[in-house]
Amino acid sequence: MAYIVKRLLTMIPVLLFLSMMVFSLIHLIPGDPAQIILGQDATPSAVAALRAQMGLNQPLFMQYVQWMGKLLHGNFGTSLIDHEAVMKLIGQRLPVTVELAIGTLIVALLIAFPLGILAAVYRGKWADFVALFTSTIGLAVPPFWIGIIFLLLFTVKVHLFQSSGYVPIWQNPGQNLSTMILPMVATGIREAAVLLRMLRSSLMEVVDQDFVRTARAKGLRGFVVIVGHALPNALIPVVTTAGIQIAGLLGGLVITEQIFSLPGFGQLLVQSVFSRDYTTVQGAAMVAALIVVVVNLIVDLVYGFVDPRIRLTGGRS
Amino acid sequence: MAVPKDVVKEVATTPVVATRKRRGRKLFRNKQLWIGGIIVGVVVFVAIFAPLLSPVGPNVNDYTNILKGPSAHHWFGTDQLGRDQLARTMIGARTSMEVAVGALVVGLVVGIPIGLITGFYRGFLDDWIIMRIIDAIQAFPFLILALVLAAMLGPGARNAMIAIGIGYVPIFVRTVRGQVMAEFEKEYVVAARSLGSTDWRIMWKHILPNSMTPLLVQATMAMASGIVAEASLSYLGLGVQPPTASWGTMLQNAQGYLGQAPWLAIVPGLAIVVSVLGFNVLGDGIQRWLDPRQER
Repeated sequence: MAYIVKRLLTMIPVLLFLSMMVFSLIHLIPGDPAQIILGQDATPSAVAALRAQMGLNQPLFMQYVQWMGKLLHGNFGTSLIDHEAVMKLIGQRLPVTVELAIGTLIVALLIAFPLGILAAVYRGKWADFVALFTSTIGLAVPPFWIGIIFLLLFTVKVHLFQSSGYVPIWQNPGQNLSTMILPMVATGIREAAVLLRMLRSSLMEVVDQDFVRTARAKGLRGFVVIVGHALPNALIPVVTTAGIQIAGLLGGLVITEQIFSLPGFGQLLVQSVFSRDYTTVQGAAMVAALIVVVVNLIVDLVYGFVDPRIRLTGGRS
Repeated sequence: MAVPKDVVKEVATTPVVATRKRRGRKLFRNKQLWIGGIIVGVVVFVAIFAPLLSPVGPNVNDYTNILKGPSAHHWFGTDQLGRDQLARTMIGARTSMEVAVGALVVGLVVGIPIGLITGFYRGFLDDWIIMRIIDAIQAFPFLILALVLAAMLGPGARNAMIAIGIGYVPIFVRTVRGQVMAEFEKEYVVAARSLGSTDWRIMWKHILPNSMTPLLVQATMAMASGIVAEASLSYLGLGVQPPTASWGTMLQNAQGYLGQAPWLAIVPGLAIVVSVLGFNVLGDGIQRWLDPRQER
């Protein structure tokens, strides 16, 4: 319990600093944000009006308090381009990214687990070598390049999948999957490599322990020993890695969505960056960071639940 | 009682010599270190001498040879402006290294002092302020942080460097802080303190040199992620600006000609894969070489 309380308490300063960083983003822009948004030809009165609308003519502290007050009510402001609520824009785009992320993780698990288990069963043999090779290469290949190569192979050379024309999954699951499968695999390969590397080394460590030797001595087959005895004990670091990966995955999906022209959260971020829609950029950055913070919290709590040693010692620093 | 000088010398040096010899043998057997080192060496060599090695300039347009496949004259083919892809890939290595090294310097210069100070003087400031700021920076997905910073600062190689470098800061702070906390209680630090060394001297002269192994490994790995981050930002149009050749801008350009000129997409991608692979393998090799726990 003390662990959970401490973990929740440390969230408060993190969220506070997070909000300050996102707030101050707009002040990083060299020059007057209002002038930059409206362009060099804007009249001084238009610039002044926009400054007033954005609250830029108030003291910095007041600006932050007001912005934070809105934020706590779930109000991320209004898009400077579409004049729609930023929260609504993000809400429209997020389901695409969530679907992509779930699919990516499924692909990653489907690759990493069988290979990781085979590597542990046939330690030092060909399967181990294949696993090591796959994870080393998988880590080096940027997902966006795999994406481009997939586009080249499966939509340009062989018309197996669609490269555009995204529809939501509830409208047409077949067409949805046809546009989503390539991006899922392209991003999933890298995530699989990270998981596989972790799973392999974690399994190798567990395999040397006494209880595994006992299981072998009882006469259990290699496969049963690995899956039934070693794997549950090797999962803890893997769960943590999967949690930490969410941050990297979200970043990776930004560029995957761009390559496959998927109307997701990442595409919204990139579009807002280019159209200088600073309020949307702020909102998107805040949402991305919040997702990571919440996922990490869940992982830490699950971690404490799975491994009682962590709960009892009051947690890691 | 006087102890003969040569005995003192022998006692003091024998373990060191033995360690050095063992490290030397391990160095020789360490395949990862060799393979990674050779790949990185080639990439760095190409990056430094690109203008001398390349047959033509990277931005020379040749409108009689547009979108031509690989040939004896243009090994990697040409793009829609007739520019030689071999020359552009080589200059791309230089761009990539410049940004990755610049970002690494930003990360180290900011991260090391913060890590040293927070690890040394633990307490409220460390626990509730500085490390929580680090947590907050780390909550931003690396690429999103770089993207947003590059957007605010404006596109370009220098700003890409700063943006990627800020993303590195939490990694180096955590690495150095963890090392400082581990070394803090060791006898040599206690000895240095009892001899009256200042905190500053203990941090920089004693603890930091003993924390070099994980830092070196992290820095090597950071080079790999820096290469990918630079390519990603440039692909999105927020990194190096055209016509300067970068592997990211080359891939972005290639996507428009996938049907006619697939080689445009393959060569820069392979260049990224090879360099990232080199730095990753080198990092593993360094870790195995210098960290005794990695003997297995």
